Amino acid sequence: MNTQASHASHGQLVKPTRSNTVFLVLFALGLVAPFAVYPTFLMKALCFGLFASAFNLLLGYVGLLSFGHAAFLGVAGYVCGMMVRDAGVTPELGIVAGTAAAASLGWVFGKLAIRRTGIYFAMITLALAQMVFFLALQMKATGGEDGFQGVPRGHLFGLIDMNNNIAMYYLVFAVFCIGFFVIHRTIHSPFGQILKAIRENEPRAISLGYDVDKFKLIAFVISAALAGMAGATKTLVFQLASLTDVHWHTSGEVVLMTLLGGLATVFGPLAGATVIVTLQNELADKVGSWVTVIMGVIFVLCVLMFRRGIVGELQALVKR
Amino acid sequence: MSDYILETTGLTKEFKGFAAVSDVNLNIRRGDIHALIGPNGAGKTTVFNLLTKFLPPTRGCILFQGQDITHEAPAATARRGLVRSFQISATFPHLTVLENVRIGLQRKLGTEFHFWKPERTLDVLNSRAMELLADVDLTQFAGTITSEMPYGRKRALEIATTLALDPAMMLLDEPTQGMGQEDIARVVDLIRKVSANRTIVMVEHNLSVVANLCDRITVLQRGSVLAEGTYDEVSKNPQVLEAYVGSNDMNDAHH
Repeated sequence: MNTQASHASHGQLVKPTRSNTVFLVLFALGLVAPFAVYPTFLMKALCFGLFASAFNLLLGYVGLLSFGHAAFLGVAGYVCGMMVRDAGVTPELGIVAGTAAAASLGWVFGKLAIRRTGIYFAMITLALAQMVFFLALQMKATGGEDGFQGVPRGHLFGLIDMNNNIAMYYLVFAVFCIGFFVIHRTIHSPFGQILKAIRENEPRAISLGYDVDKFKLIAFVISAALAGMAGATKTLVFQLASLTDVHWHTSGEVVLMTLLGGLATVFGPLAGATVIVTLQNELADKVGSWVTVIMGVIFVLCVLMFRRGIVGELQALVKR
Repeated sequence: MSDYILETTGLTKEFKGFAAVSDVNLNIRRGDIHALIGPNGAGKTTVFNLLTKFLPPTRGCILFQGQDITHEAPAATARRGLVRSFQISATFPHLTVLENVRIGLQRKLGTEFHFWKPERTLDVLNSRAMELLADVDLTQFAGTITSEMPYGRKRALEIATTLALDPAMMLLDEPTQGMGQEDIARVVDLIRKVSANRTIVMVEHNLSVVANLCDRITVLQRGSVLAEGTYDEVSKNPQVLEAYVGSNDMNDAHH
């Protein structure tokens, strides 16, 4: 896992031009995509792509497996929904509010979980996320099992009508690019350098005077905030925040997306999210609940046969 | 200022009733190279873990530069200038050699939490990092991924990274372990070189290294101090001889 992670980052250091080209090509594709592909599908893929990328920051670059990331996606969705529908703020402020809520929740989760590692860390985050699920189910404000419905897309900055799917797509695309840039910058920053050191050899990082828990906590909050940014944006796209978003299934799905796409790769989580969202869309009406079984089989095959994930394997091919 | 940079009184560590270290009183003189020797299981590494706060002591107290650091967090103790190495080589294996040293230098820059700054803001540290690498003869390896270097070189890198903090006191856990003659000679020279203006405590099995490098020696046996003094004093002590006779360590020592 570590080997591959560092190869990804070192590939960046050694060949910035190649990765810049990939960035530019994908950016251009992102700009023209809504004219070729159904925009709602693209928006869903981008939201989950950002969600998985945020998760990957934590698992791939810090080595912490959070099993409660749905809480951040979901809570941000509800908060954004309430702000936009009930408080009447503009969509961009709704996204900011959702992101801030997820960051605060991330700080609380992080404070409680960060001292533990491995399975214990995963279990604490899962338990906390289940509490959030329970609250979402019971509270009147969230609409319980009906979900939080009828969120208007509103006018961006009070000017641009977001009911136009193309306009909405570009907002989602912009949000994705911002989130993606934040992740990229975090990994390639003085802070990211210490994160790498902690992942590589935690006792040594401590012995050099770094309070590793603080670094992990900040990374956790960034990851939670960006997961929230994805969730808030998703609520605007579908005009709905639902229990599915806070359910532990979603926490599991993001692990699947990240591993399938390629852990600790730059574009892996986006690729993984796109594959999963495509499967869900294409198969749901054909095979019904068998889609879960199919995803399970894919996951097993991925773990057994191409552990580096789609993008990880591609990178390995290019290197050879 | 006291002659002693580090003092412990009654330092004890018990694991479920078993005393790994019991009632150890250490006095390390400022500027010395001080060896901690003893048969396997004598508690040398446990003492290291206690001094650097990686383990909390059951009893006793630790003074560093006259300050009580008994209950401090390990990273805080490191920031005071009491920095350790590890028995197994402590590098960041998938970073380059230059990046390894830079991790040590980076805290001084005060930007270690700045996740919004680009990595190139760290480049100002490169020249200092290269100086440190030159000190340990690793200039030509600066761009190498650390895991691809030979073992002896990794130990040298570890020392360079530790030196990046310019610590008042270095604790080296078996710095020559698993090395061939040539590497040992290089590391001994290096330790002597870096001991200028600082105190070094080292756990070491190789008695010839201890004999020609260390000013004072503390012998541990079953968690307690058996003897303390110069190499000549200690090596003539009948109790020490007895402790070493028949133990595998004596054989190890002559490798």
